[in-house]
This record gives sequence, structure tokens and C-alpha cells, in this order.
Amino acid sequence: MSDDLTADSARLSAWTVDELGTEGTVLPVVRAPDLVLSTRGAEVDPTDPDMIQLAADLVATMRVSPGCVGLAANQVGVGVRMFCVDVTDHPKTRTRHGTFVLCNAEVVAASRNEKAREGCMSVPDFTGDVKRASRVTVTGTIPGTGEQVTVATDAFEARALQHEIDHTDGLLFLDRVAGAHAIYPRQTYL
Amino acid sequence: MSTALHAVTVLGHDRPGIIAETTAGLAGLGLNIEDSTMTLLRGHFAMMLLCRGSADGSQIEAALAPLAAGGDLDIAVRPVLDQPAHAGGGDRWVLTVHGGDRPGIVSAVVGHVAALGGNITDLTTRLSGDLYLLVAELDVPAGVEPGVVEAGIRAAAEQVGVTATVRPVEADEL
Repeated sequence: MSDDLTADSARLSAWTVDELGTEGTVLPVVRAPDLVLSTRGAEVDPTDPDMIQLAADLVATMRVSPGCVGLAANQVGVGVRMFCVDVTDHPKTRTRHGTFVLCNAEVVAASRNEKAREGCMSVPDFTGDVKRASRVTVTGTIPGTGEQVTVATDAFEARALQHEIDHTDGLLFLDRVAGAHAIYPRQTYL
Repeated sequence: MSTALHAVTVLGHDRPGIIAETTAGLAGLGLNIEDSTMTLLRGHFAMMLLCRGSADGSQIEAALAPLAAGGDLDIAVRPVLDQPAHAGGGDRWVLTVHGGDRPGIVSAVVGHVAALGGNITDLTTRLSGDLYLLVAELDVPAGVEPGVVEAGIRAAAEQVGVTATVRPVEADEL
């Protein structure tokens, strides 16, 4: 790994929500077919106080949602390109950067596709098999300071990042499922 | 020995043992189950099997009659002609359509696929709350530009207020 990637990775790992200097509010999560979920978000000014507040709100909402490992701004009804991730406690995690928020993030390199079943708080009634890269390099900016970081990660954190970046592009995991029999209903019809 | 092919469909209220009883009846007639599919559609049991053997339709119906005796399962047996499948050979795509439920979504989107000469080889639709979801696999004739397929399907979806994404089927040849 290059020195820059290592330094950025350390920076992202060291980030905590306290840096935002504001308390987050838990927001309601919107569900498909809300159009905000299928619309690409606007680019974010990471130093805008409203966006800093939104970053804190995303983390607060993620933390009160059982099993939630990531949440994008459009999932709380705000059409901007920001999301938070924290896969720390997930058993499929290898590389981890703790809790973090990224703005205007993009995947810049991806390799080693693997298929796995995904769910989403905004699509609570279905899961689906989605093939995604198990190694990715992602670039984005940190809210508050506006620092640009480029980090490499793998396994479950890589999947979570791609899922959240898809949200910022207006895509759901439903738009990536492997085939007609790759969607599974969660609910039972009794 | 005749090797007639029959389609058996079983529809109705779900309960444990439907597949076991159906296949026992078919096995008792020496029938070989070829392709089959079964799922629950909003909790309703739905199965179709193609079975081959020397039994005729009335024998199969008689063997499966006890299954329908309770009145909550509908069983149909139909002869199927052995015909060559629709020639594939084009490009294979996966289509996802999702959005707010309303009548006409499937018809608008698949109508466009048909107009292009595309063949749907697999289809699932699901309704959950307001969310309507369609996932299909398409066989599109070689020579039809992927961009044309995608743009047309997206436009058809937009007209009924839903979004569509189209991507190639990914098969890893090993």
C-alpha cells in the first residue's frame, strides 16, 4: 500500500463523530419507492454547517438502528451525496476504519468480485444476491474539515462502501441483483 | 415405450407435504420429473413440473386426485409437445424495475422488450407495501445495440413512473 493510502487510512480510522462538534438527531428512514432513493444526490460542501449536522444525524440514526452498518443521506430523505459506515462488529469484516462519514465518495479501483446476500433499511421486505468487489479503493471527503482521503479496504467494509456509494448515485441493491431468482422476500404471508 | 411429456401444475393453499404427495403420485406411475419450479406467490403454493413417461394424462390426473380432494388445491395435467426451444444466441441481460405500485408497470416494460424482439427467459415480480419490483432475464437478439435496449426500457419505465436498470448477465466461465 502506498504511503498516502496508509496515511489516509490512519486518518479515517482516527476520525470520530465528536470531531463534528454537534449532537446528532435520530431521523426517520425513508423506504422505497420514495423517489429520493432512486435519484442521484447533489454534490456536498463538506464544510457547510447543515451538512456537518447531517453527518452527525446519519451516525446517530445508524447507531440506534439494530444491525445497521451504513446509512446514506437519501435514506433519511436528503438528496445529497453523503453516507456513514461502521462495520466494526460485523463477523464478515476484515479491514475496518471504525465509524466514519464520507461526502462525494467514489470507487476508484475495484477487484475480486464476490456474491453475497444484502439487505437494506430502505427495502425492508427483501434481500438479494449481489456481486460486488471484495477489494476496493474509495475516495471521498470528510465532513467538517473537508479533507480528501483515499482508502483501500476489503471484505464487508468494501461491500458496505459500494452499497452506500450506490445510494448516493440513486441505486438500490435491487438494481444490482444477479438474476430473477436472486430476490428473496423477508416477510411471511400468513 | 411412450415418452410423452406432460406439464403438471399445482396451485392453491400452502401446507407441508404438497410436493411430497405430488411427486409420490408421479413416481408411482414411473414418471421422470424433468424441469420443475415451485414458489410461494403471496403465500399461495405454485408449482409446475414437466414429467416424462408412459402414463397418459388421465392416469396422472387419477394419481394426483387425492391431493385435490380437500378442495384447496387445483391440479392441471396437460400434454406438452417436444419442440425446439426459442433460439437464443443473443445477448443476455438482467432487468430490474422498481417504483410505486400501479397497474400497467409490467405490461409497459415487457411490451418494449417484445417490440425489440427480446425474449424474457425468467421473471419475478413482487409487491410489498407500495413498492413494486420486477426482475427479469432477457435474451436480446444479436445486433440490437445495448444502448438502444437500455434507453427504450428506461423510457418505457419512466412513462409509468418507475425506474429501470439493465445490465449484462455475469457468468464466470471456469
